[in-house]
Amino acid sequence: MSGAEPIPTIGMEVHLHLATHTKMFCACAVEYDAPPNSRVCPVCLGMPGVLPVMNRKAVELAIRMALALNGTIPDFAKWDRKHYYYPDLPKNYQISEYDQPLGVGGYLDVPLDGETFRVGITRVHLEEDAGKLMHPEDGACSVVDLNRTGTPLLEVVSEPDIHSAEQARAYGETLRQLAVYLAVGDCNMQLGQMRFEPNISLQIGTDEKGRPRFTPISEIKNLNSFRSVERAVAFEIARHRQEYEDDPDGYTLERLGKSTRGWLDDREETFLQRSKEEANDYRYFPEPDLVPVVPDRKWVDTIRAGLPELPEHRRRRFIKEYGLPQYDAGVLTADREVADFYEEYVRSAANTDAKTAANWMMQDVMRILNERKVAIAEIRIGPGDVAEVSDMVVTGTINRSTGSDVFAKMLESGKSAAEIVEEENLAQTSDESELKAVVDRVIAENPGPAEDFRGGKERALGRLIGQAMRATGGKANPKVVREILVRKLRG
Amino acid sequence: MATIDLTACRMRDALRARNLSAVEAAGACLEAIDRLNPGIRAFLSTDAQGARRRAEEIDKRLDAGEDVGLLAGVPVAVKDNMCTDDGQPTSCASRILENWRAPYNAHVVERLLEEGAVIVGKTNMDEFAMGSSTENSGFEATRNPWDLDRVPGGSSGGSAAAVSARMVPMALGSDTGGSIRQPAALCGVVGLKPTYGRVSRYGLVAFASSLDQIGPFGRTVEDAALLLQATAGHDPRDSTSVPEADQPVPDYLAALDEPVAPLRIGVPKEFFGEGLDAEVEKIVRDALAVYAGLGAELVNIDLPHSTDYAIATYYIVATSEASSNLARYDGVHYGHRSSDHADMIDMYMRSREEGFGDEVKRRIMLGTYALSAGYYDAYYKKALQVRRLIRQDFDRAFEKVDCIMGPTSPTAAFRQGEKTDDPLTMYLSDVYTASCNLAAIAGVSIPCGFTEAGLPVGLQILSGVFTEERLLRIARMYERETDWPSRAPPVCGEAP
Repeated sequence: MSGAEPIPTIGMEVHLHLATHTKMFCACAVEYDAPPNSRVCPVCLGMPGVLPVMNRKAVELAIRMALALNGTIPDFAKWDRKHYYYPDLPKNYQISEYDQPLGVGGYLDVPLDGETFRVGITRVHLEEDAGKLMHPEDGACSVVDLNRTGTPLLEVVSEPDIHSAEQARAYGETLRQLAVYLAVGDCNMQLGQMRFEPNISLQIGTDEKGRPRFTPISEIKNLNSFRSVERAVAFEIARHRQEYEDDPDGYTLERLGKSTRGWLDDREETFLQRSKEEANDYRYFPEPDLVPVVPDRKWVDTIRAGLPELPEHRRRRFIKEYGLPQYDAGVLTADREVADFYEEYVRSAANTDAKTAANWMMQDVMRILNERKVAIAEIRIGPGDVAEVSDMVVTGTINRSTGSDVFAKMLESGKSAAEIVEEENLAQTSDESELKAVVDRVIAENPGPAEDFRGGKERALGRLIGQAMRATGGKANPKVVREILVRKLRG
Repeated sequence: MATIDLTACRMRDALRARNLSAVEAAGACLEAIDRLNPGIRAFLSTDAQGARRRAEEIDKRLDAGEDVGLLAGVPVAVKDNMCTDDGQPTSCASRILENWRAPYNAHVVERLLEEGAVIVGKTNMDEFAMGSSTENSGFEATRNPWDLDRVPGGSSGGSAAAVSARMVPMALGSDTGGSIRQPAALCGVVGLKPTYGRVSRYGLVAFASSLDQIGPFGRTVEDAALLLQATAGHDPRDSTSVPEADQPVPDYLAALDEPVAPLRIGVPKEFFGEGLDAEVEKIVRDALAVYAGLGAELVNIDLPHSTDYAIATYYIVATSEASSNLARYDGVHYGHRSSDHADMIDMYMRSREEGFGDEVKRRIMLGTYALSAGYYDAYYKKALQVRRLIRQDFDRAFEKVDCIMGPTSPTAAFRQGEKTDDPLTMYLSDVYTASCNLAAIAGVSIPCGFTEAGLPVGLQILSGVFTEERLLRIARMYERETDWPSRAPPVCGEAP
């Protein structure tokens, strides 16, 4: 055994609800706010005699995700039954894919702090979700809502390529971004549409034959926020370190195997749910009620051809092609529609450069989206409209702050920038003779700052420019005002 | 001729010709049920009111000259493992579903209704179709109409007995390892197991999903053909039902009387080995001689994996699937829930303990064991491999012969209670029938004579996938040469 620093070794299973209208094996609607047990039928209730029928759209979305994760789609995938008894699982088995999943292999490049790390993907498979068991306060009995039963669930299993709590969080976030980008899932965390199950172990040096040794694997079940992923993983890493320090010979994978733990969000700690000895025997066997999935190659090719440019690729391209800083590229590519909007904006702008356009996106367009909590498709102006107003600023027709006001008015009224500038007489003036008079007045009215600037206090100039802008109702071209001021005060 | 002595096809002719009303047909059956069922106990429930109401409606439509479908007004019985939303229970003859009423109709029930059939009742069976004598019913044992001290076979014993005793002209059963053919043989009627995928399983309460198939009982080959016609075909709700584009449903009745010639019949030595009753063997060999007399060529063949291995394989595959399919009966959502339980796990255990019978429990335990970690490869996986070999046996055989014949069951009907304490002997009742389900091919049992004691004997004819049309013609060749269907069990003669 070597005394090297233990290396956190983390793999992650991520479940996400697919963006299908109907359930995995029946025609019931997938709806999250319906009254309890109102989106159910004999099939998802697991009544005697019913049979499942595969939702083709769910398979398509799963293949889409697998391809986007650089995985391969085997010629043959099959369904299996996974057995366990629980009241939220009406058949007492879950239809899943055990040993021949829809997607195999691949990787995801995850950006974190200006760098990227690569996480291998083991497999991507489909299964059905269970219902919700609830325990009302009065404690008289438990109740179950089966609306969620049979909702298509995609499981993405990663290789143990994650090495810190921050990385675990970033992996989850990047995977979510990808799924949303691909329209594979909405991944609304509040609705429980995405759940994480990290497996944590520490590599504790090597044995005498040079093979790596590990602390026992603990799997944390059902984390439903990025914050809880990060904190739970950090907690486990610390706990493993402590346990290992206390008992370096006993606290090993070969002795203790794998255990399952829960996360208490309020107490910020994990607790043991099942040790190795209590592990379930799920008695997997091939689902005889469903035929295997044999994806048509042409279909797979069509799905592949329909993949959009993926966020990480797009982010890098934005840096290269538009010369954007890391930060801007990350913000603008986080949402596919925002990125599309930006690119269309850059294309249609006559005078606005890509970096200036990025500023407009972040300072004006996305600020509005955040304030109103709406998607970019829901606002009434398009990329060409933003290009119009930013071009007016670049060419000096209006100044920057007027530009923001015009943008806000465009959103309200649906009018074009030109109309608003015209109607409200907002066009900025660069006329020297007109502005000289304004400047003279400002110097006269503000002798203090004028004297300060003459005395070498550069900052005083800003105040004088501001006064001139105010005096013109914001229409003065600040560049011209500055030139005149400098000339007058130094001249 | 009394109405109940009419076959389904002749009853249909009379109904169409308006020589018989649907109300009269249903009334005759309900009367026969009232008279005979207390002794035979073929029905778990009857729906006299519903049947009469429906018969009246069909009469109106027939009087109006409407096309009411293939079965216009013919009464039919349905095995109690097929869902009906008519208010009758769908119990699978199990205490665990004793008061369960299905909220939907099985595909075959929809088809029967679309074709104008009048469903008069639901028939007894071995609990969840697990058994070969209908003694495993959670409610009562059905009696063989030819000898009330004997079993009707199983698991579709209620349907077989109901048709045999002329309480209904035809009935549906389900066959997982012989559950249509074996009771058909023991009750002296025709019973057909279609190719897996020919008839939708939607609404058939599952026993072993990869083996279960619904099929018809009739007194004649023609009646079986009629009922198959009404129920066969693709159903998008059953992914294992075969699309019409791949396997269109042929007209089973059009050429039924045309002999198949030349006809090569495979006679596997494995179907005439140890355990076969001598009297049954003689009767079956006589039947083969009838075919030979019609010009058929009898060819000795080998089905090396298809008796001993078939039973072992069958009881692993079927119990494994059953252990999974029956997991849902836990007292949580529907069905029997124990009134006395300490906690959730206890509720599961007591509900299942109280709700299931011994044979069902035995099979759930066998299947659970076979699927368990560490045993899966040795049992279930191995069974699937042997299943492939059995299929190959038949594929090879059907390269040489058109069909395979032998006894349906090694013995005629045995006595009530004779095998109930010896499950392994009971399991051997399926020794000639289970391989057909494992190979997913079609099979039929037709009456081919009687023992000295007056018990019927069945001839089993097996043929390749989706060859039911030819299989029925082959069966009909024999039937035309003989007159077994005209014989009624003595119990029927006691009519007033």
